[in-house]
Amino acid sequence: MNYNFHWRPVMKALPELLEAALLTLQVAALSMVLGVLIGLGLSLIRMHMKGPVRWLATTWVELARNTPALFQLFFFGFGLGAVGVHLTPYLIVLIALTFNNAGYLAENFRGGFKAVPDTQIRASRSLGMTAFQAYTRIVIPQVLRIVYYPMTNQMVWAVLISSLGMLVGFRELSGETQFFASKTFRIFEYFAITAVIYYVIVKIILGAASLLSKRLFRY
Amino acid sequence: MIEIRNLHKYFGSLHVLKGIDLDVQKGEVLSVIGASGSGKSTLLYCINALEEIQDGSVIVDGTDVHAKGTDVNALRQKMGMVFQQWNSFPHLTALENVALAPKIVRKMSKSDAKEIAAQQLKHVGLGDKLDSYPSALSGGQQQRLAIARALAMEPSYMLFDEATSALDPELVGEVLDTMRLLAEEGMTMICVTHEMGFAREVSDRVAFFHQGQMEEISPPEEFFTNPKSEHLQKFLAKVK
Ligand SMILES: Nc1ncnc2c1ncn2[C@@H]1O[C@H](COP(=O)(O)OP(=O)(O)OP(=O)(O)O)[C@@H](O)[C@H]1O
Ligand SMILES: [Mg+2]
Repeated sequence: MNYNFHWRPVMKALPELLEAALLTLQVAALSMVLGVLIGLGLSLIRMHMKGPVRWLATTWVELARNTPALFQLFFFGFGLGAVGVHLTPYLIVLIALTFNNAGYLAENFRGGFKAVPDTQIRASRSLGMTAFQAYTRIVIPQVLRIVYYPMTNQMVWAVLISSLGMLVGFRELSGETQFFASKTFRIFEYFAITAVIYYVIVKIILGAASLLSKRLFRY
Repeated sequence: MIEIRNLHKYFGSLHVLKGIDLDVQKGEVLSVIGASGSGKSTLLYCINALEEIQDGSVIVDGTDVHAKGTDVNALRQKMGMVFQQWNSFPHLTALENVALAPKIVRKMSKSDAKEIAAQQLKHVGLGDKLDSYPSALSGGQQQRLAIARALAMEPSYMLFDEATSALDPELVGEVLDTMRLLAEEGMTMICVTHEMGFAREVSDRVAFFHQGQMEEISPPEEFFTNPKSEHLQKFLAKVK
């Protein structure tokens, strides 16, 4: 083996890589916010509605959970492109991640809702709360605690699979790394550093989540 | 005043309440006893519109509970309800448990809501637990918390559905004492209970439910010493 490691060009590109890492974090975080809201909606639809709307929600969840994330990305990229809908790489990744997050989270939320006893709603209503108040003040806060760790995992997952974005031309952390690597041929060095950056991002997310949980859930 | 007229309740084809007629006067304490499945809980749920009814009427202070257009949320504020399962809200402290509904239902200011919450928690003997979460409270304390939570809405009526049935025997007393206190303060109460001692000492009248019908209603003395219904005689013989 006579590969000579050259770390200097990688170090010089570090600011660009870190900037791309922020983009990764941003798209993952945004897809989580949207994913939580939509996932909540999907789980409520699946629990309370009938007919085509429910069928659509179920299909969403099934497809998001049971097909490769890569295919989901390609669908929103090349699939829609083939029928003339051209989205920017950023949007393709955001939509694909949101689609995936919402599907997984919907299933988590459903489990969470089942774990909160109906009697909590009864007690809330008996105090004169509206159904909406009972849900937002009593049920959902308890559900959020139950799904907190699954949600954290999903956020980590969103960061990691956002790396697929480079395949649709998105210059997030992996895309940027690929760009530099192919320019300089220091492929191993670049991807090694990038792996470290991903690792650190994930550790920061997990650390922050654990700190936040101590503030949020004192019971 | 609560006026129940010819109340019929079905769950599907199951006829659970078969024409109940009952008046509860202001300040009265009514205990309701009867075998499991006789419709006691359902009666309470029909009174505060947690269940719909199929025939008859329930009138509370002149308002038809089940009429279209009745604001049930406003109505429920008049009627505090305490369940067999404590249903404390696990994610809120004792103070927050009690202050929430005054704040979001009665639209009180945060500080007023907290004040009334603290006051009611003291009232039920939980003045030193304001910042505790339910998980740190015993069953008896959680049930008293539930009572304080209902009282913070300043209801005119309190409905108790076997408030002590799920408690360890040594914790029953503290909850009954709280209920007794309310009765002495003049609260109008309907208490579904298995506690014959409580029914006898505290209530003005006791009602016996059997298979969806109110078979007997009379003052406790007469109810326990001279029951007329055959089913009640059997029931009392069993619980003694
Ligand atoms: N939501 C419901 N759906 C269908 N049937 C119900 C429902 N709630 C109660 N029932 C039935 O109605 C009947 C009366 O129930 P209810 O809970 O009022 O009895 P109860 O007198 O309170 O009994 P217990 O002492 O066990 O609490 C029972 O046969 C019960 O199975
Ligand atoms: Mg019952």
